[in-house]
Amino acid sequence: MSGVISWLQPRPEGLYCVPGNFFIDPLRPVARAVITHGHADHARPEQDRVLATPETLAIMRTRMGEDRAGKTQQALRYGETLALGGVSLRLAPAGHVLGSAQVVMEHAGQRAVVSGDYKRAADPTCTPFEPVTCDLFVTEATFALPVFRHPDPMHEIGKLLHNMTLFPERTHAIGAYGLGKCQRVIALLRQAGYDAPIYLHGALLPVCALYQEFGVDLGDLRPATGEAKAALRGALVIGPPAAVTDRWARRMADPVVCMASGWMRVRQRARARGVELPLVISDHADWDELLMTCSEVGAEEIWVTHGREDALIHALSLRQIRGRALRLLGYGDEDEAE
Amino acid sequence: MIAFASLLERLIFTPSRNAKIALLRDYFTTAPDPDRGYALAAMAGALSFSAAKPGLIRALAAERMDPVLFDLSYDYVGDLAETVALMWQVDAGRPDRVAPSLGDVVMALETTPKAALPDLVGAWLDASESSERFAILKLITGALRVGASARLAKTALAEIAGVPTDDIEEVWHGLAPPYDALFAWIEGRGARPDMADAPVFRPTMLAQPLDEAELDRFVASEWRAEWKWDGIRVQLVRTAQGARLYTRTADDIGNGFPEIVQAMDDMTEDAVLDGELLVMQDGEPAPFSSLQQRLNRKSPGPAMLRNFPAGVRLYDILFDGTEDVRGLGFDARRARLEAWFARVRPKRMDLSPLVDFANMDALAEIRAGARAAAIEGLMLKRADSPYLAGRPRGPWWKWKREALTVDAVMMYAQRGHGRRSSYYSDYTFGLWRVGEDGVDELVPIGKAYSGITDEELAFLDRWVRNHTIGRFGPVREVEKSLVLEVAFDAAQRSARHKSGVALRFPRIARIRTDKPAHEADRLAEFVAQTL
Ligand SMILES: [Zn+2]
Ligand SMILES: [Zn+2]
Repeated sequence: MSGVISWLQPRPEGLYCVPGNFFIDPLRPVARAVITHGHADHARPEQDRVLATPETLAIMRTRMGEDRAGKTQQALRYGETLALGGVSLRLAPAGHVLGSAQVVMEHAGQRAVVSGDYKRAADPTCTPFEPVTCDLFVTEATFALPVFRHPDPMHEIGKLLHNMTLFPERTHAIGAYGLGKCQRVIALLRQAGYDAPIYLHGALLPVCALYQEFGVDLGDLRPATGEAKAALRGALVIGPPAAVTDRWARRMADPVVCMASGWMRVRQRARARGVELPLVISDHADWDELLMTCSEVGAEEIWVTHGREDALIHALSLRQIRGRALRLLGYGDEDEAE
Repeated sequence: MIAFASLLERLIFTPSRNAKIALLRDYFTTAPDPDRGYALAAMAGALSFSAAKPGLIRALAAERMDPVLFDLSYDYVGDLAETVALMWQVDAGRPDRVAPSLGDVVMALETTPKAALPDLVGAWLDASESSERFAILKLITGALRVGASARLAKTALAEIAGVPTDDIEEVWHGLAPPYDALFAWIEGRGARPDMADAPVFRPTMLAQPLDEAELDRFVASEWRAEWKWDGIRVQLVRTAQGARLYTRTADDIGNGFPEIVQAMDDMTEDAVLDGELLVMQDGEPAPFSSLQQRLNRKSPGPAMLRNFPAGVRLYDILFDGTEDVRGLGFDARRARLEAWFARVRPKRMDLSPLVDFANMDALAEIRAGARAAAIEGLMLKRADSPYLAGRPRGPWWKWKREALTVDAVMMYAQRGHGRRSSYYSDYTFGLWRVGEDGVDELVPIGKAYSGITDEELAFLDRWVRNHTIGRFGPVREVEKSLVLEVAFDAAQRSARHKSGVALRFPRIARIRTDKPAHEADRLAEFVAQTL
């Protein structure tokens, strides 16, 4: 095992902390799991003991059902420290979705931070990312190409609202991932002054309700199911990405298919999915944010869990930072899920 | 620049014609002069910059970007202008630069010498955001005709002015960017531009498809018949100020057919003529695929001109010299056309002959007997019909010959666009042949996305979803078990298709759920019967 820290190891099940005897975001059921956030590729069901933020635990219960969200659940708030075996463990906000956390571990005078997924841009629905200096930083690399520079999300919302004035008769149907993106888009719309009811695909309702329980104000939300075509004329509807480009959208009046995703920055990606109004809104760090974060945390070595690690590792090498691709399979399909 | 960049962005993604027009209207009514005029010119393909070339963009990229990161990015994005637009790292040392307007960019690209361009373009890119950078780079590569045709832009202008699109077409070719006079006219601030001697386009008269049930009411002596040629409809305009070759949608295609423009220049009298552009081989029109070769080239080389020589088969005259004869009846115009042709003897042109017939039954027989590849059917024109713009119902009919059909097996399906974007509505179908291993295999012969009712579409969509056996991006491969009866106008040999055959205007005629797939047609027999 090379590298500055030998007590954190990539294993087939996921990243393993040896002195703490736990896995971070394990891909299969294990005895003890620390979960960074509630997305399906990071939080998997049927774990024995689960440790995460209270928000993430609630999200897991909502999405998986009580019985599959871990036999025992242990909550750890942002900033609280817990000794686990020989490790001191803390969860720091990651700014990705509600409850998302970086796992901060200290052992033998060394500190390692596993970011999970994160972003640096402001998000009214979750606590902002907190940079933690460390010896080893384990980062995601979903958008690690210099072509990905996310614009100001309010600009994208402005585009949407202008389009609604141009086509007042049409239903604007936004494809948005059900945890995080959907609620952020709603919150941004509210921030921009849009206060009409927003209609939701049934699959999105429970997590929105949960966000509201945690004090995130999303305004007047209504189920789209059962609404007549005429009621949705001129309205805003949000559904899972696969639904708005498929049969579900047929219930709407001449829909404008919109998609809120960082991938929309590349035109061919948007066209291939039949999107008419791409909204470049991402819950992941863009290229500049990845590089900024990697230098801010001051780590000697950076591990890359999932995404486009080749470009990021090359760019880090230009900055004299040693990068290593973990090539963990099984992460990173959340934003593209069909 | 930002308004134009946003428009471009939206047009690229908007499939519906009406929505595109709405976007264009919004832009033309809110953008300032001269920007909107240059935007219009860009969409109409009326701009070209001799010094600015794609090589310039590559050089700028190499100067500003890490080569490894550039290659990884280009590989991912797949388009040079877009890669550079997205990746461009603003020069932080010069934060005070001001984003250029579209007018600034166009005027500078027209006048700046080549050596000064890299610095200038680099400064523009520094001052712009990514969608503006994309628009600037697409202007330089001359690839702006994305998402909207000139015709759509003119339709949007016509809607603003509250006039028919053809009124815009009539004045269009006498105007130049940034079209101040045009905008003044459509906004009611100025008079309609005067086009007295300019070689402008005149709106074309189009035919309705014939409903055969109406044929009984036709009195043979009141009608004239011509062959309907399988080329493209063109208008030849020669006036004191020049010669132009237009398509029926008013695109100037003279650059692609220099021999026709030359023949017009050589004419001893002016005229505006209506006819069919064809590739002529030994005095006979070649199949459409030959003309397609020419249409694909913006400016043909010598071999192209030699192997696929173009000609025009004339069938009408709109202006005899400077005299507007559109108000005359068809017979009178035909007499004018024949007399003009006899006097002038233009090169590369001949007259489309009138087809003689005693009665409508005889004409039906003539139509049924026509098998030449360059003939699509018949045109029926009332002997007394004046030349009217648009597609009036009654005076002109097109009577296509019976469509041919083939029973093929559905192989792949893909989602459609616009209203049909949630449906699998584009179908690739194939015929049987004996494969290399001696086992029957299907080979694709075409793709169809029309001809079906909404109910049939819903049925096929469900069928595709329930019989998918593989996915390749947006394409689904389906079980080879559904027979489609495909109608088409003609079949041609094609080296580009695996089957060696290409169908013209294929559409779904019937869904043959009653027919087992192995009884669908075989390629060998199809080729023997149809080609
Ligand atoms: Zn995530
Ligand atoms: Zn992830």
